[in-house]
Amino acid sequence: MTDALRELYQDIVFDHYRKPRNRRALPGASHTAEGHNPLCGDHVAVHLDVADGVIRDATFEGEGCAIATASASLMTEALKGKRVAEAKDLLDGFHRMVTGASPAPHPELGKLEALAGVREFPVRVKCATLAWHALQAALHDRPAPVSTE
Amino acid sequence: MNPASASVTRIAGAAPGVRRWREDFPILAERVHGRPLAYLDNAATTQKPQVVLDALTGYYARDNANVHRGVHTLSQRATHAYECARGKVQRFLNAGEAGEIVFVRGTTEAINLVAQSFARPRLAPGDEIVVSAMEHHSNIVPWQLVCEATGARLKVVPIDNEGAFLLDAYEAMLGPRTRLVAVTHLSNALGTIAPARRIVELAHDRGIPVLLDGAQAISHLAVDVRALGCDFYAFSGHKVFGPTGIGALYGRADRLRSMSPYQGGGDMIRTVTFEKTEFAEIPYRFEAGTPNIAGAIGLGAALDYVSTIGLDAIGAHERDLVARATRGLAAIPGLRIIGTAPDKASIVSFTLDGVHPHDIGTILDQAGVAIRAGHHCAMPVMQRFGIGGTARASFAFYNTRDEVDALVAGVDQARRMFR
Repeated sequence: MTDALRELYQDIVFDHYRKPRNRRALPGASHTAEGHNPLCGDHVAVHLDVADGVIRDATFEGEGCAIATASASLMTEALKGKRVAEAKDLLDGFHRMVTGASPAPHPELGKLEALAGVREFPVRVKCATLAWHALQAALHDRPAPVSTE
Repeated sequence: MNPASASVTRIAGAAPGVRRWREDFPILAERVHGRPLAYLDNAATTQKPQVVLDALTGYYARDNANVHRGVHTLSQRATHAYECARGKVQRFLNAGEAGEIVFVRGTTEAINLVAQSFARPRLAPGDEIVVSAMEHHSNIVPWQLVCEATGARLKVVPIDNEGAFLLDAYEAMLGPRTRLVAVTHLSNALGTIAPARRIVELAHDRGIPVLLDGAQAISHLAVDVRALGCDFYAFSGHKVFGPTGIGALYGRADRLRSMSPYQGGGDMIRTVTFEKTEFAEIPYRFEAGTPNIAGAIGLGAALDYVSTIGLDAIGAHERDLVARATRGLAAIPGLRIIGTAPDKASIVSFTLDGVHPHDIGTILDQAGVAIRAGHHCAMPVMQRFGIGGTARASFAFYNTRDEVDALVAGVDQARRMFR
């Protein structure tokens, strides 16, 4: 395996791909939106339960590649308990990390830093950001499917 | 084995004929991530031999001028080269006359031209257009557009679990409201070769015209439009070792003459006044605006090149590669080949349990092996097999057995990584 592959497919990525956290429907979700990657046809739906400006619960549905699934799983874990403004900040930090726009990782990314290797694979950025596109749409109450294109 | 010796071995292991062919393609000496390139994405686009590159630069370096209008020498040279290219396409397809060859941007534009200029004026609500379940989007969407505009509807010939075209179901589907049959000659997602000649016969027995989508077939099968008997044949230059942005529509002369243009502008007219326009003869009435002159010349060079090798030799070599890939991949636990029709060519499409096609594609890319992963612009085919996408290796005559082995090794590595 090359170093780049090792960096991309870290153990934590495999773990969240094989055992995705929070992959379930969320009855009564206050926010929900779908993301679509036309490159491969993958879909993901993100559900949020937001009360008093705080994300009480975050889940996702759908299946994708290892990167897309791990990203959605790690994202939902990171969102719980965050204020909406903090979630938007996290989204920005994640996007900057995987696109290589930010030299230093965002301090709040935590386990999400496992996906930093994506920046060496530009074509896979769409996989890593699929759930995040849906998150952004959900936070802006745009339930129509958003595309990574 | 280090990457450098792998490169030598991959080529050294090739048959002498293949080694010679490979030397015609500069890009095949490229390295990707330090590994020798094994380009197995030929169904998406093929690589270009030096003679095509030379034809493109030669036109721009020595002959560049517009066609059909100038009285000066360069324009005459450009016009001559452009029309010679048309003749080469005519001979490659065994069309009856050069006027039956319309230069277009590619297969998609060719099908849209037929949809808008031939089908649309002839369709009424309730009429039917027959396609098959193994079409790519380019041979679905144009028909959906004309159906939406006219009230006609699509009927879809099913395929079996191997991906074979069901001829009996097709025959039963042809009826008094069928106005056109449009089917692929070779499926880009499955590799299935459609029984094109029989498809045409059955349609013609009922007076129904047939369009064959030759986007994939053109570089793998010998295409003789008169032997096939089809009314229209569409293909893209870039899938037959030519440039992008150029392709051709073959249309039987009487069909083309019965059609009005769907794009207006320079070069497709005979006379224009503010009251009336008289259209040019075929094929010019369908070539509005300045055409892709260099592209057409490059396509002509590509067809000459393919002819020197011969589609029989190409077919034999590719059958060997497909058989080797099928054997090697089928031995990998959890791997399922999608598309196992008895009559297939050039493509091995597959899924691997627990590993998404994109992950397979990335892992192979690191090994220098280029394949396609996804739905291949054939989402209905994926739906037919209940999958989101496949990993697809597609072969050309310049591929080697060692490249097939690199594919198999890379896929097995992906399996082990995800175990």
